[in-house]
Amino acid sequence: MGARVVVLGSGIAGHTAASFLRKWLGKEHQVVVVSPKTDYNWIPSNIWVGVGLLRAGQVLFPLPPVYKRAGIDYRQAKAVAIHPEGAVDAPSPFVEIEYTSPDKQGQHERVAYDYLINATGPKLHFEATPGLGPGQNTVSVCTADHAVEASKLLDEKVERMRKGERQRFLVGVGHGTSTCQGAAFEYIVNLEFELRRRGVRDKADITYLTNEYELGDFGMGGIHLRQGGYTTPSKIFTESLFAERGIDWVTRSHVSKIEPGRAFIETLAGEEKELAFDMAMLLPPFRGAALKAFDKDGVDITSRLFAPSGFMKVDADYTAKPYEQWRAADWPRTYQTEFKNVFAAGIAFAPPHPVSVPRQSLKGTNITPAPPRTGMPSATIAKAVAHSIVDMIHGAKEPTHTASMAEMGAACVASAGANPFTGTAASITVFPIVPDFEKYPEYGRDLKHTFGEIGLAGHWIKILLHHLFLHKAKMRPLWSLIPE
Amino acid sequence: MNPTSLTKTSHGRDDHWLSVTRPTAMTRFFRTFLPWQFVRFIVINFKMMRIIALSHRPPR
Repeated sequence: MGARVVVLGSGIAGHTAASFLRKWLGKEHQVVVVSPKTDYNWIPSNIWVGVGLLRAGQVLFPLPPVYKRAGIDYRQAKAVAIHPEGAVDAPSPFVEIEYTSPDKQGQHERVAYDYLINATGPKLHFEATPGLGPGQNTVSVCTADHAVEASKLLDEKVERMRKGERQRFLVGVGHGTSTCQGAAFEYIVNLEFELRRRGVRDKADITYLTNEYELGDFGMGGIHLRQGGYTTPSKIFTESLFAERGIDWVTRSHVSKIEPGRAFIETLAGEEKELAFDMAMLLPPFRGAALKAFDKDGVDITSRLFAPSGFMKVDADYTAKPYEQWRAADWPRTYQTEFKNVFAAGIAFAPPHPVSVPRQSLKGTNITPAPPRTGMPSATIAKAVAHSIVDMIHGAKEPTHTASMAEMGAACVASAGANPFTGTAASITVFPIVPDFEKYPEYGRDLKHTFGEIGLAGHWIKILLHHLFLHKAKMRPLWSLIPE
Repeated sequence: MNPTSLTKTSHGRDDHWLSVTRPTAMTRFFRTFLPWQFVRFIVINFKMMRIIALSHRPPR
């Protein structure tokens, strides 16, 4: 009898896992995807939607036809609770789902599984900062819809500037523990490029607001690059890029509250300041999806499976310890939970601790970027988890594949202006993502493989990746040959 | 404002303008100089493929 693998989520991690499970498992096995949204969103290109260069339809496509063609059982629903031991009236483990499709809206169902992958990604936790987020006082580019809203607001502001009004733009992160500084960086430099293209740059004051201790931290504790005969921190390059474009910056800050046109910030030094803006794109902190877990008797075991942040505990070392004792080996390798048939992939797994040095303001507010888990590591983790599950279905006792963020690198292209002849992008490779100071005592990373460069070639690569990854996600011919 | 925020001085310049590294005209020119960027396209792709190869670990 075949096995059933249930994947919760259809983002980069969930979709990658489901695609490879379907490719590697025979037809006697079942792959089920549970996701409340029917569209796949190539999130890295939301930046271009947010400045009006792409339409939402160019970063979204419907998943049901793709899953139907591939033979993946798709349920438009959200996961509510995991029952890893089953229940009194159900001997097998199952996940309780609630349908979000119009025809079954609100209906609950138990979906039994042999293996479960939690790839529910982040909950965008705008509520952490009063007044933050779409529908309130700021915009975002976290989803295609958010990015469309940001683009419309930008159009309004450009019209005002064309009439001679000066406008203030505030871009960055909206909380002391936010992550995704890379996306905020991309948005601000694309915004600046776009304002120049539309001929209104001279009417704009642009400020970057971040929880990073220094620019270029990106939640990774910064990186070091060898260039011009020196080993140089990413702070130097990021400051240079902003100064060159006339972008101001405010670092080491937590946003405590947003009111219409005003952001209230607290700095590490304990100062409280107010920043005025006409348009603000501030990214929220992330939480895990609101999933519960119950044992066989119905006792709530959520705190066993999930960290307080809502992310799923896997094979990491979660022992609380000071920064000086953090090790690369703390980071998970197989993403298996305490239940051998339950895994987490992508943003859904709980990191053991941040990567950046943790800091608190004089008032005790945590101002530390959360660790980034971007597309490449998310997909690489998902593929490794899928591989392990396939091997376990075929008889392996333990996970066979690993993908520790302290052992893998990342290649990242950060757009800095979208034009095929005058645009640029920062192409960056980092190895490993989480620094390993035991292996690389000086900088924590292998500088032979850690590299950065700004130029038009990076923009071409960004365009190429946009099309390649959409092709791959649509499971079109030869999709599996495209690397993560 | 914290120490790394640019602020204007009485002479109108950002007060730590001189502390920030900025690219020379030559560096900026090469960033969009097509023949050079074709070469860099190949080189960067190679570097990224190397990282991808390093990051996909064989079964343990």
